[in-house]
Amino acid sequence: MDTLIAQLQRQFRDYTISLYHQGFLDDQFTELKKLQDECSPDFVAEVVTLFFEDCEKLISNMARALDQTGNVDFKLVGSSVHQLKGSSSSVGAKRVKGLCVTLKECCDSQNFEGCVRCLQQVDIEYKTLKAKLQDLFNLEQQIVQAGGRIPQVDI
Amino acid sequence: MSITCELSNLTSKKAKESSFDKKWLKKPLLFLVLCGSVVVIVLVMFSRLGRIQKEETGSCNGEAKVLYRHQNVTRSEIHDLVSLFSDSDQVLSFECRKESRLGMWGNYDITCSLSMLSEKQETGGVPWNLNPSGLEHSVSSTSRMCNNLEQNLQQPEKLEEEYYEEGLDQGLSSYLRNAWWCLILGVLVCHKIYVSHSKAPTESKERVHMQEPLAQKKQQQRAQTSSRGAGKWRKNILLLGILGGVSFSVWWFWDTNEEIIMKRRETLANMCDERARVLQDQFNVSLNHVHALSILVSTFHHGKSPSAIDQKTFEEYTERTNFERPLTSGVAYALKVPHSEREKFEKEHGWSIKKMETEDQTVVQDCVPENFDPAPIQDEYAPVIFAQETVSHIVSVDMMSGEEDRENILRARASGKGVLTSPFKLLKSNHLGVVLTFAVYDTSLAPDATEEQRIDATIGYLGASYDMPSLVEKLLHQLASKQTIAVDVYDTTNASGLIKMYGSEIGDISEQHISSLDFGDPSRNHEMHCRFKHKLPIPWTAITPSILVLVITFLVGYIFNEALNRIATVEDDCQKMRELKARAEAADVAKSQFLATVSHEIRTPMNGVLGMLKLLMDTDLDAKQLDYAQTAHGSGKDLTSLINEVLDQAKIESGRLELENVPFDMRFILDNVSSLLSGKANEKGIELAVYVSSQVPDVVVGDPSRFRQIITNLVGNSIKFTQERGHIFISVHLADEVREPLNIEDAVLKQRLALGCSESGETVSGFPAVNACGSWKNFKTFYSTENHNSDKIKLLVTVEDTGVGIPVDAQGRIFTPFMQADSSTSRTYGGTGIGLSISKRLVELMQGEMGFVSEPGTGSTFSFTGVFGKAETSSSVTKLERFDLAIQDFKGLRALVIDNRNIRAEVTSYHLQRLGISADIVSSLRLACTSVSKLDNLAMVLIDKDAWNKKDFAALDKLLTFSKITFTRVPKIILLATSATLTERSEMKSSGLIDEVVIKPLRMSVLICCFQETLVNGKKRQPNRKRRNLGHLLREKQILVVDDNLVNRRVAEGALKKYGAIVTCVESGKAALEMLKPPHNFEACFMDLQMPEMDGFEATRRVRDLEWEINKKIASGEASAELLCKSSSWHVPILAMTADVIQATHEECMKCGMDGYVSKPFEEEVLYTAVARFFEPC
Repeated sequence: MDTLIAQLQRQFRDYTISLYHQGFLDDQFTELKKLQDECSPDFVAEVVTLFFEDCEKLISNMARALDQTGNVDFKLVGSSVHQLKGSSSSVGAKRVKGLCVTLKECCDSQNFEGCVRCLQQVDIEYKTLKAKLQDLFNLEQQIVQAGGRIPQVDI
Repeated sequence: MSITCELSNLTSKKAKESSFDKKWLKKPLLFLVLCGSVVVIVLVMFSRLGRIQKEETGSCNGEAKVLYRHQNVTRSEIHDLVSLFSDSDQVLSFECRKESRLGMWGNYDITCSLSMLSEKQETGGVPWNLNPSGLEHSVSSTSRMCNNLEQNLQQPEKLEEEYYEEGLDQGLSSYLRNAWWCLILGVLVCHKIYVSHSKAPTESKERVHMQEPLAQKKQQQRAQTSSRGAGKWRKNILLLGILGGVSFSVWWFWDTNEEIIMKRRETLANMCDERARVLQDQFNVSLNHVHALSILVSTFHHGKSPSAIDQKTFEEYTERTNFERPLTSGVAYALKVPHSEREKFEKEHGWSIKKMETEDQTVVQDCVPENFDPAPIQDEYAPVIFAQETVSHIVSVDMMSGEEDRENILRARASGKGVLTSPFKLLKSNHLGVVLTFAVYDTSLAPDATEEQRIDATIGYLGASYDMPSLVEKLLHQLASKQTIAVDVYDTTNASGLIKMYGSEIGDISEQHISSLDFGDPSRNHEMHCRFKHKLPIPWTAITPSILVLVITFLVGYIFNEALNRIATVEDDCQKMRELKARAEAADVAKSQFLATVSHEIRTPMNGVLGMLKLLMDTDLDAKQLDYAQTAHGSGKDLTSLINEVLDQAKIESGRLELENVPFDMRFILDNVSSLLSGKANEKGIELAVYVSSQVPDVVVGDPSRFRQIITNLVGNSIKFTQERGHIFISVHLADEVREPLNIEDAVLKQRLALGCSESGETVSGFPAVNACGSWKNFKTFYSTENHNSDKIKLLVTVEDTGVGIPVDAQGRIFTPFMQADSSTSRTYGGTGIGLSISKRLVELMQGEMGFVSEPGTGSTFSFTGVFGKAETSSSVTKLERFDLAIQDFKGLRALVIDNRNIRAEVTSYHLQRLGISADIVSSLRLACTSVSKLDNLAMVLIDKDAWNKKDFAALDKLLTFSKITFTRVPKIILLATSATLTERSEMKSSGLIDEVVIKPLRMSVLICCFQETLVNGKKRQPNRKRRNLGHLLREKQILVVDDNLVNRRVAEGALKKYGAIVTCVESGKAALEMLKPPHNFEACFMDLQMPEMDGFEATRRVRDLEWEINKKIASGEASAELLCKSSSWHVPILAMTADVIQATHEECMKCGMDGYVSKPFEEEVLYTAVARFFEPC
């Protein structure tokens, strides 16, 4: 039992570290984790879920806006991107945030193709992150189920 | 004229340009066009007028000439006749009145002369009653007369010529003048266009500048294309204008040339007609004379018996009157002799009638009448009986025998008028000539007599031969411009064969004028052909102006072309410059963005580094590791401050730094600074002292953070450059205090100003320092009292140290950024040298000046002035509130300060006074012993460590302890030390001699703590502040979070909840406004800046407006009870949450009423510092 827990814990640690190293997450995620305590045990999950919902909504908004060939409302796209940037930086989704910055630039220069390309990348990126975080939470859950403690991972 | 035409062309062109470029040009252009057309009209009118005038004068002259001639001829003729008759005494009275159709004056003149003559005759004496002109005329000789005639004839001609030339000159010069005016006008217009064009782009540039960059680019492109189009259009117009100018010049040339040719033709016609008329007149005069002669003969030869005329008389008379007939070569009188009377006639005269030999006419030498054969028998004969001497050879020759003469005679007697032969070669002279024949009748015939009657009445014939060539030549010789004109005279009686009577082959046949001549013989026709001898000269008068016009056209064209090119280049340059400017601006924006980004990017990791280092230092480290960590931490801090300084410098340089205007407590700020720097100062063993003059108000209005920055910088520098000894003394005075050194009341200032001058001067630590007054003696505005506003005060702050001083050669450049006294300084002391420069600029922003005085080895004193506002007394400063309670406790206490240095004692007493404690000063413990007894109710004794002396203190202590009667309680003994280790302090305290040790620098908070501990022993103590953290600060606080982003909101909520706050979230500015409408129980609000609908700035502004209104109501007592809040007024702290830390955003936050800002996402440290200001633990 203990070995399983230890294994899971190691796996969890490695996975977390890899997420940081691959640039999916940054310190803000750590900060977020710190905020999670006994009073709000599912804080991170809640926030992350909120974030992904937000992502989905905003991306679809932007996609719709960009779909209108001819008169693309770059202002709308810009504000959506700004929001997305804010949320991603709050959550610590580093890659998404980076892409948002690029997308914002494209949007400012009214570069339609750039916007579309970036948006696609953002879409891909956030889905990847979603999957990864899902894995992470799954691991956490497994550890908890196995009766272990979620290890503190210092980056 | 062509220029004006050109001009109008151009102006019209400009008008077209302006129609799509700018409207303001239209009016002047219209004016110019008007001017141009007016000039054109005036010029045309002048040229026409001049021509007409010329013609008039010409015709006038011609008439005058004729008049002169007539007058002279008649006059001389009459004169001669009269003189002849008077000489021969044959004529007693003579009546002659010439009918003049030319003018009354001529007529009068002649009449006058004649009457004079008759008077002369009658009296036979001296002439009287006559005018001098008449006399002159009458006595002047024939030659004189002739001269007069010639002169009179030639004069007008000359006059005419002169006039003509003059007119021409005038015309030309006026043309030239006009041309120049036009040229100047053109140049002016050119200039104007250029100016307008150079102005226009700047206007448009400015306009462009206002727009968004993208739109700007587009507009630039548009402007470029439009300007290019305009350039092409302008070029085309210019080309058109030049073409117009060239065609105008050609037209002008053609027109003028035509005019010249016409004038020439006219002149020719005039001259020809004139010549013909003169010839005709002369001839007629001559004819008349011959006629007169015939009448003379008829009267005196046939009318008298015996005849009054014989050959001799005739000869003489004709010879003498020959001048009257300058055209005739000779006159002769032939008698009509019928054949029946031949013999009788021959007998009478003694010679036989001879036949005229036609062949002899060619041989002049043989022209002797004796050689002629006797005339053949005919019906009648016409033998010559009288002849002028020149033709005396024809006496006795029968005129009827010559073919020409005979015909002539027959026609003459039939018509009763003078008839002419066709030209034939004259006898003797061999010239072409004509013979004029008049019939002489015996009785006066009725004018309407028939031919037969005339023939019957004929008694003789008078003939005169005219030598045509010499006649014409003589005549022409009298006329002017004979060189320019060639004249031919033809007899055109026979239309098929013209007989040339006079003429030459020279001359331009192409243009000739034919005038008919009437010599008084209706059966004969004569013509005069005139032509110019020379061909038409090159018409310079036509060529010059048109070439001038051409040249001017090209010149103006060139000028305009240049102008257009220049405009094009200027526009190009402007375009380029605009691009460059845009690029430069972009670069500038990029630079500031770069700075902001870099500062942000560096600050964030630096915070990490510093935080981690702090944590690291708290862990269990050995001495070496701790040292390393501390060094790293210090360096990091330096780097951060350097970044901030660079940012400051950049901002000041770009003039974007604006000072705040908030009320603040200067003493509090100085306390802060001194406590901040006390660590460093204590480390080095430097005594740090702060003194604020009692005249400086508690609260002033200014920028506290910048003030603090300057002070910190100066003190920091002083600490840096002061080695292990001495002091740093910060003092604040009113500038007014210092301005009048004689009336200084402030003890500290008095002593400082006396420094170095007298023995009474001393310094805080006893180490020598430079006299501070040198540092402000160069201030320009210091001594001026002009801006002596009642609501403004000028403070003088000095920072004195006993450091190494600034080398004299480096003193000039210490305010230059990145320039330290010398390059080794940075190695020795660190720093970048930017601080002083920033400080100076900040001081300048505060309308003050900064100066220093320094002496190497002794120390430096920096001083600066600054203008601050006086705060209204009502405005309270919150910081003091927490000390209020304590101050209440201490108020009225008395203290004894024992210090061997007076100035330091004054500083101490200043701090005590702030707490409401009155202080007495003694200079030593021994003196204290004597004075202590006099002091009632002494609460404490403060002893400086320098004055500490165990032996003396024992005495004092004894005195104090044993005089319990006088004191309600034993005064507390407090030792003031510059530096003391913990062990020293505990040692001293445990010795029981003293109650507390206070480490200088003195500051309010420290003193309060100390006094509370010692005086109010056992009472509740202040919680240890160091253990305070966010949890304590935020626990149970009602906090509102405003963010439109759900995720952000959740994160912020989580973070704040973690510290125990009660968090409420709203998602828009409007909702926040609703929540923050008083009354509410929120104690702070975190507000996102970028939100849709109502952003953070707007929301804050509205909240502040609301609060302001409510506060007003509260102040006026209108507000209901529920609106009242805990504090006197509503002011919920609003903190901005922002992702970027660009200073501008910060400033904007402050401007719209926010109290601070925290960067997103929250960091504990930042959050703490931001929140701590509002949630001081109660």
